[in-house]
Amino acid sequence: MPLADLFQAIGRRVNNGIWRLGYAARFFLTMLGRSGIAFSRFSLTVKEIYFTGVLSLIVIVVSGLFVGMVLALQGYNTLQRYGSSEALGVLVALSLVRELGPVVSGLLFASRAGSAVTAEIGLMKATEQLSAMEMMAVNPIARVVAPRFWGGVIAMPLLAALFSATGILGGYLIGVILIGVDEGAFWSQMQSMVDFREDIVNGVIKSLVFGVLVSLIAVFEGYDAVPTAEGVSNATTRTVVTSSLVILFADFILTALMFRGS
Amino acid sequence: MPPEDFVAITGLSFAYPGGRQILDRLEMRIAPGQVVAIMGSSGHGKTTILRLIGGQLRPQRGAVRVAGQVVHELNTRELYRLRRKMGMLFQFGALFTDLSVFENVAFPMREHTALPEALIRDLVLMKLHAVGLRGAAQLMPNELSGGMARRVALARTIALDPRLIMYDEPFTGLDPISLSVIGQLIRRLNDALGASSIIVTHDVISSLKIVDYVYFVSEGKIAAQGTPQEILDSDIPFVRQFVKAEPDGPVPFHYPARDYREELLGPHAAR
Repeated sequence: MPLADLFQAIGRRVNNGIWRLGYAARFFLTMLGRSGIAFSRFSLTVKEIYFTGVLSLIVIVVSGLFVGMVLALQGYNTLQRYGSSEALGVLVALSLVRELGPVVSGLLFASRAGSAVTAEIGLMKATEQLSAMEMMAVNPIARVVAPRFWGGVIAMPLLAALFSATGILGGYLIGVILIGVDEGAFWSQMQSMVDFREDIVNGVIKSLVFGVLVSLIAVFEGYDAVPTAEGVSNATTRTVVTSSLVILFADFILTALMFRGS
Repeated sequence: MPPEDFVAITGLSFAYPGGRQILDRLEMRIAPGQVVAIMGSSGHGKTTILRLIGGQLRPQRGAVRVAGQVVHELNTRELYRLRRKMGMLFQFGALFTDLSVFENVAFPMREHTALPEALIRDLVLMKLHAVGLRGAAQLMPNELSGGMARRVALARTIALDPRLIMYDEPFTGLDPISLSVIGQLIRRLNDALGASSIIVTHDVISSLKIVDYVYFVSEGKIAAQGTPQEILDSDIPFVRQFVKAEPDGPVPFHYPARDYREELLGPHAAR
């Protein structure tokens, strides 16, 4: 009965997926309840902001610069056909602030910092460090998980802002310095067309949501990892894959909600 | 008035969800000041006993009493309060790899006390001195040998002067000198702190030198128990096989399998 087997396999997968989602939701609520230490001893969170944020700076800045430069090249190529090459600044800025900044930095954040957080927590579990903490009457969710989660949530919007800023700088270097688009038009059009509430704040909200999602996936996968070398490796892979898909899905939903009328 | 036994295990049964029975109506008692060894083959539930005592697992039947409290009936807050009276040394130390030796030992003090930094420093150095590693305070865990890591973990275990110290395979993978050092430290620290200690181990020779009482666990039950001398003199086949390190006996050499002849010559054999 291959058809029955197929349905059974699909049912099992769906069932497992729902169960895991519920488990993740309970984990999230437990972590929120145990997050006091992440703020009362803020130095723990600052340390994680350093590991997830500061150590991701290079990859964010370099990627942002190149994305901005490519945007300027492609944008100029299209805009000049319609005689509106002076709108290059607006195109670069809006693309980055609304979309590419949060999304690309979210993807980079997942692969650079999210994977590192998962691997670290997973290895702590595999080497019994979390069990040792429990036996010392220290809750690992409060002491290890919550500071890493909040560190990621705080770092992500800052990284996205930096990505957008360096992207605009890259667009300026290519558009104005290399191609020769008028500098005044580049900046003034950008200033007049980019709306603080509609564009920048919504971009920040997106990056904040991505920060929550990626950080949650990273700490959950690490904490839930099978405590073996293979288990940690699988958990790290799942963090990157799941985070990437969730970012793109959430981006679609958020874009549909935010920019409906504009 | 304190209870007579610091740890009392009565009718303890445990199985992992969907798995086989690990412990079956186990009975065990550990008096204050006593050092007790739990021995037995791998996979027969020795470490599970430690996890049940520490409240990391819940039994299906029976109870573990520590300092008069039934561990699985405690809520999280009460369990954490009880754990402050316990210390556990994990098989490979489980040191926090992002913290120095000093910070590892200071960790429980920083988490559970509001002691001034100068006092924490003195206490940490005293604990490290007790295990002979005061000079290694600023090293990172990846700079330590296996024996040193185990000693640092021991210093961390006794950081808050626990009343019960549990050791999970403390002798595994150590050279003869480190093995002797760890063995002596376990006994000395137990006596100095007036604590009770439980050692889960395979190492008959090292542990019989330092313990007061031995429990042999097999198939989830107590197969034998007694003082080290009683164990050495025992004529129970299981104990004799263990003490004399015989490869075959009541603990079979072969993992359960199909008949050897049938497997080689049966219908699925290579032609």
